[in-house]
Amino acid sequence: MFQLLPDTTAQTLTVIVNGETVTVPHGFTAAAAMLLCGESATRTTALSGEGRAPYCMMGVCFECLMEINGEPNQQGCLVTVAEGMHINRQQGKREVRE
Amino acid sequence: MPDYDAIIIGGGLVGTAVAYGLARRGKKALVLDEGDIAYRASRGNFGLVWVQSKGFGVPEYQRWTRRSSEDWAMFSAELQKETGICSGHERPGGVTICLSEEEFSKRAQRMAQLHVEAGETNFQYEMLDHAGLKKLIPSIGPEVVGASFTPYDGHANPLYTLRALHAALIKHGGTYVPNIKVERIDAAPNSFCITAGGVTYAAPRLVLGAGLGNNPLGKLVGLNVPVRPSRGQIIVTERVQPVLPMPTLMIRQTVEGTLMIGESREDAGFDDTTSPEIMRTLAERAVKTFPFLRNTRIVRTWAALRVMAPDGLPIYEQSSEYPGAFVCTCHSGVTLAAAHALHYAGYVMEGALPAELARFSTQRFDAAHVSTAA
Repeated sequence: MFQLLPDTTAQTLTVIVNGETVTVPHGFTAAAAMLLCGESATRTTALSGEGRAPYCMMGVCFECLMEINGEPNQQGCLVTVAEGMHINRQQGKREVRE
Repeated sequence: MPDYDAIIIGGGLVGTAVAYGLARRGKKALVLDEGDIAYRASRGNFGLVWVQSKGFGVPEYQRWTRRSSEDWAMFSAELQKETGICSGHERPGGVTICLSEEEFSKRAQRMAQLHVEAGETNFQYEMLDHAGLKKLIPSIGPEVVGASFTPYDGHANPLYTLRALHAALIKHGGTYVPNIKVERIDAAPNSFCITAGGVTYAAPRLVLGAGLGNNPLGKLVGLNVPVRPSRGQIIVTERVQPVLPMPTLMIRQTVEGTLMIGESREDAGFDDTTSPEIMRTLAERAVKTFPFLRNTRIVRTWAALRVMAPDGLPIYEQSSEYPGAFVCTCHSGVTLAAAHALHYAGYVMEGALPAELARFSTQRFDAAHVSTAA
């Protein structure tokens, strides 16, 4: 659904999105990386388990929650990618841990 | 010719519960609501349906609260049937957690006092030590000394409850007029003309359910309602898997998984903003109680103003100067919603408050002895 704008100057790095290694431009957000991978549902909701995807892309709507480097419920649109970052779907409610 | 059977000023949990209570009895009820410039206690509520902290030294309050908590399941089911909106009410019992031996022994004393004061109505409770509490709520931390438990406590979603009350009111032919301020009250016994937004509405009954607004409104109909704001602050976390099988006085988990942390009380006048000091105190205590909270994300905070009488009790009164004018106000709009809808509304129509509510009369403010009871 989403394609990168042609930008030959952009440096890239690799991240692991739902287990797949992908190349994304520097400065990308985790949410954008998910979308670039063609994910239509980047999380499931806490209550009904329905699929959801990033919406506002500016930190307001909390629709883009994902698990980033093992940390659940991160707002993917506010996290800038780093080399080797693990980005996974948020599946419903997170577990608590001490 | 009166347009309505009753006019209720205030469209929050208290006003709308009474209005719905009238409408479900076939009465024509009109709710006048100031709008979002009002101090909306019902929008900032914590959502406990709580019994075990209410009514030390005032058994009337304990009985009234317990009656409401016992009616809540039926009340919630009725609202859901009428509107399809689920209040989220649950009554798994509740605990007040103690973090020191001193807190625990004070708590034990208070619970024993409630038990004695309840007399034949039999107030059941249990003081649980750390091990006993851990069986009920495994996620407590090592610093928790114990807790008091009663089976009467529960919680609900205050916003869904309010929405359900509004929908049920409209369904039963009630009228809701928002965003208007009462400009004038022309009062005579059992005859009230309320001018608001340039329109005059008439009814033989008037109920003040306007929270902190009851103080100035009461003066217009001969009712002394000395309520003052008491600020409470709330921390809200991300949604997590179920960890709290029952609410505590300070922390509860909603059905959606959110954890709410509350229980602060301050006199901050009409300032309804949050403050870092209180947030820190709340968070520290919460983390001591449930260490997993250290790794749980806070997503928002807010403050709201409780509607507090000098002695913390509700105020229920009919004006002696203008019979037919009632006041209904309290700081437990969720807990008492069932009692207000199912019982108080009936008293308003009958035109008399029962003896069991005499303790909540404004006459207690005339007397010299003002005790702190709740």
